[in-house]
Amino acid sequence: MDISSINPILLLASLIVAATPLLLAAIGELVVEKAGVLNLGVEGMMITGAICGFAIAVNTGSPVLGLAAAAVGGAVLSLLFALLTQYALANQVASGLALTLFGLGLSALLGQGYQGVKPPAFPQVDIPLLADIPVLGPILFTQDPVVYLAFAMTAATWAVLKYTRAGLILRAVGENHDAAHALGYKVVRIRVLAILFGGACAGLGGAYISLIRVPQWTEGMTAGIGWIALALVVFASWKPWRVLLGACLFGGVNVLQLNLQAAGVAIPVEYLAMSPYLITILVLVIMSADRSSAPAALGRSFHASQ
Amino acid sequence: MTGVLLSINGLTKAYPGVVANSDVSFQIGEGEVHALLGENGAGKSTLVKMIYGLVKPDSGTMTLRGAPYSPAEPRAARASGVAMVFQHFSLFDALNVAENITLGMENPPPMRDLATKIREVSETYGLPLDPFRTVGDLSAGERQRVEIIRCLLQDPKLLIMDEPTSVLTPQEVQILFTTLRKLTAEGVAILYISHKLEEIRALCDNATILRLGKNVGTCVPSKTTASEMAELMVGAALHIPERNGGELGPVLLDLDNLSVTSPSAFGTSLKNITLQVRSGEVLGLGGVAGNGQDELLGALSGELISTPGAITLEGQPIGALGPVARRRLGLLTAPEERLGHAAAPDMSLTENAMLTGSVREGLEANGFLKWGKARAFAEAIIERFDVRTPGPGNAARALSGGNLQKFVIGREVMQRPTVLVVNQPTWGVDAAAAAAIRQALLDLAAGGTAVIVISQDLDELMEISDHFGALNEGRLSEILPARGLSVEQIGLMMGGAHGMEVAHV
Repeated sequence: MDISSINPILLLASLIVAATPLLLAAIGELVVEKAGVLNLGVEGMMITGAICGFAIAVNTGSPVLGLAAAAVGGAVLSLLFALLTQYALANQVASGLALTLFGLGLSALLGQGYQGVKPPAFPQVDIPLLADIPVLGPILFTQDPVVYLAFAMTAATWAVLKYTRAGLILRAVGENHDAAHALGYKVVRIRVLAILFGGACAGLGGAYISLIRVPQWTEGMTAGIGWIALALVVFASWKPWRVLLGACLFGGVNVLQLNLQAAGVAIPVEYLAMSPYLITILVLVIMSADRSSAPAALGRSFHASQ
Repeated sequence: MTGVLLSINGLTKAYPGVVANSDVSFQIGEGEVHALLGENGAGKSTLVKMIYGLVKPDSGTMTLRGAPYSPAEPRAARASGVAMVFQHFSLFDALNVAENITLGMENPPPMRDLATKIREVSETYGLPLDPFRTVGDLSAGERQRVEIIRCLLQDPKLLIMDEPTSVLTPQEVQILFTTLRKLTAEGVAILYISHKLEEIRALCDNATILRLGKNVGTCVPSKTTASEMAELMVGAALHIPERNGGELGPVLLDLDNLSVTSPSAFGTSLKNITLQVRSGEVLGLGGVAGNGQDELLGALSGELISTPGAITLEGQPIGALGPVARRRLGLLTAPEERLGHAAAPDMSLTENAMLTGSVREGLEANGFLKWGKARAFAEAIIERFDVRTPGPGNAARALSGGNLQKFVIGREVMQRPTVLVVNQPTWGVDAAAAAAIRQALLDLAAGGTAVIVISQDLDELMEISDHFGALNEGRLSEILPARGLSVEQIGLMMGGAHGMEVAHV
């Protein structure tokens, strides 16, 4: 056992890498839920995004095109959910579960020729000057562009929801769709757009795992991150900054327990492996004491009848 | 009153199976208060939704100030100067006042300017409001102010108000009327929907009466009596409930300092409620919605448990008993919400009769249900209370509001209660059915039952109560004999004007 072999700066830098896919998926789901829709298909959209991004990146040789394809793939799958729940008024919980199962199966099918293939590498972007700051520089500013994108998106989501009219309308639709309809807002259209955004984010998150974090394709490689993203949104009380905190916490404990395993700490591997899930949930449960903040229309179907 | 503002010609709208509006025509002049009268289901709501652009008419035309007017959506209606205050408030509980208002505006100014404007307008019209309070924490009267100010900020030419006074105390109604008169003096026309006839007589210049979707007549409310208008609405002479005031018997239900914490975050906790109801008495409890009515009904039905001695039924402490035990002892209740609380929407009438009647009507034995007996019980309710339905096998959801209300009240009345508590027994029920329900309650009292009627309809309470009290923020006012109470006294018992003031301009 040699805990001193763990380099804290490397640990923190890889914490952020571990947090990014979770953060992307959770921010997308947060927007969806703020619009009053409960999409349990995050895991399915992530894994679909993972294989779409992987396949396109391998075939075109461009990881950027791969990421774009992942977002499109996630969004297309979420469109299926949107059609079912917003137009056919299907039950959102059942449709979301079906979406996850469908996404897992579809990705396994699409990914058959890609096992063991190596994707094109993604360039690391060192932000000039900032990357030279001791300690903080290597942790925060020598990452890949998707990390920056995920953090920027968190800030943007927060700002849009809080300060813009579009964000206000989105929240209003999630709060009381009948009143929003009576005021003349297009409830279904707004919700479909939110669902597509959520799908694109989940797809990106999936592709981050298959293209950058791992990077290779294996079936079911998202390994429940989509489910953690769903729980994260709830326990973060639908607040973007708490989602970020939760994602970093999860990523951090995950990286730490891997390092501890490698260092040979005398705790059974099973306990270490479950620790990120336990600690994240525990911390967020304690933080989410103000529970009344769920969007009031969450999970309810809307139909413009009299 | 100068020219014609809005002219409606032959508007027709049909939904599958029902014609909501058939060839309706009338005109509203500038600065006029025009009343739209009619029973529930007469087509008032559909008509105003067409004017506000929420529903498209099948045929017919509208002109606004001489120009053709056919709003495709509420946005277009608002742009033309038509604003609407909804019956069920179109507000968002989790958002603050300013956010709610900006959502209803076409070209909202930035938040800071809007907050200043909200303060200005609200002070001008005597409707004080803090722009940054969360709407979920506001009282019903304050929520209505939010809606009205949202409309006023857009300088409307026509203001549509759908049942605006149903949630206000008499004092608040007076202040609202002062505000509305101030608006009409500025040339704003108001289309006022209500079935409170005395209010219409006090406020409106003209009235159009709808029955079954058709325009059946117009009148000048100030020159027409309330009963004449009621007959136009119903199309027949109304049966007015009659009572034979018998002697009151012994005290059956006794509440002693009942305090119950509300289970919901936006609810009102009950504080030291003390009252007694005697055999043969009808006790009316008024008050604006959300002042503890639901909690009081819950505390009496057994859904909310209190200390044993706080509630005594015929000398027996029952505060800690659950609903079934209380039913067995003869304390029956009928809550306000028909679908989901009083009745299970997707279950048949037989099943719904079984749900509350099983104990007292012997509809179950050793855990097995007696469906034959339950069906007979349901049929007896349908028969005696004239519930219009093809049969007891129909789902509760399929009944109209009035018919289902007759069923859920009848279900309790038929179980020969010792004490019956009803909340809003005639809410959303047409006049004929309401009269039948009130008569049933009076008959029950004449037979020796103690009846508590919780209602926001003061006319109803004055009509049937022996004693009257009012709930205000979870406290019960003094209980006074109903006969001889003035509107001012009642208003004060209900908590006065809740800090509203009269328009300053």
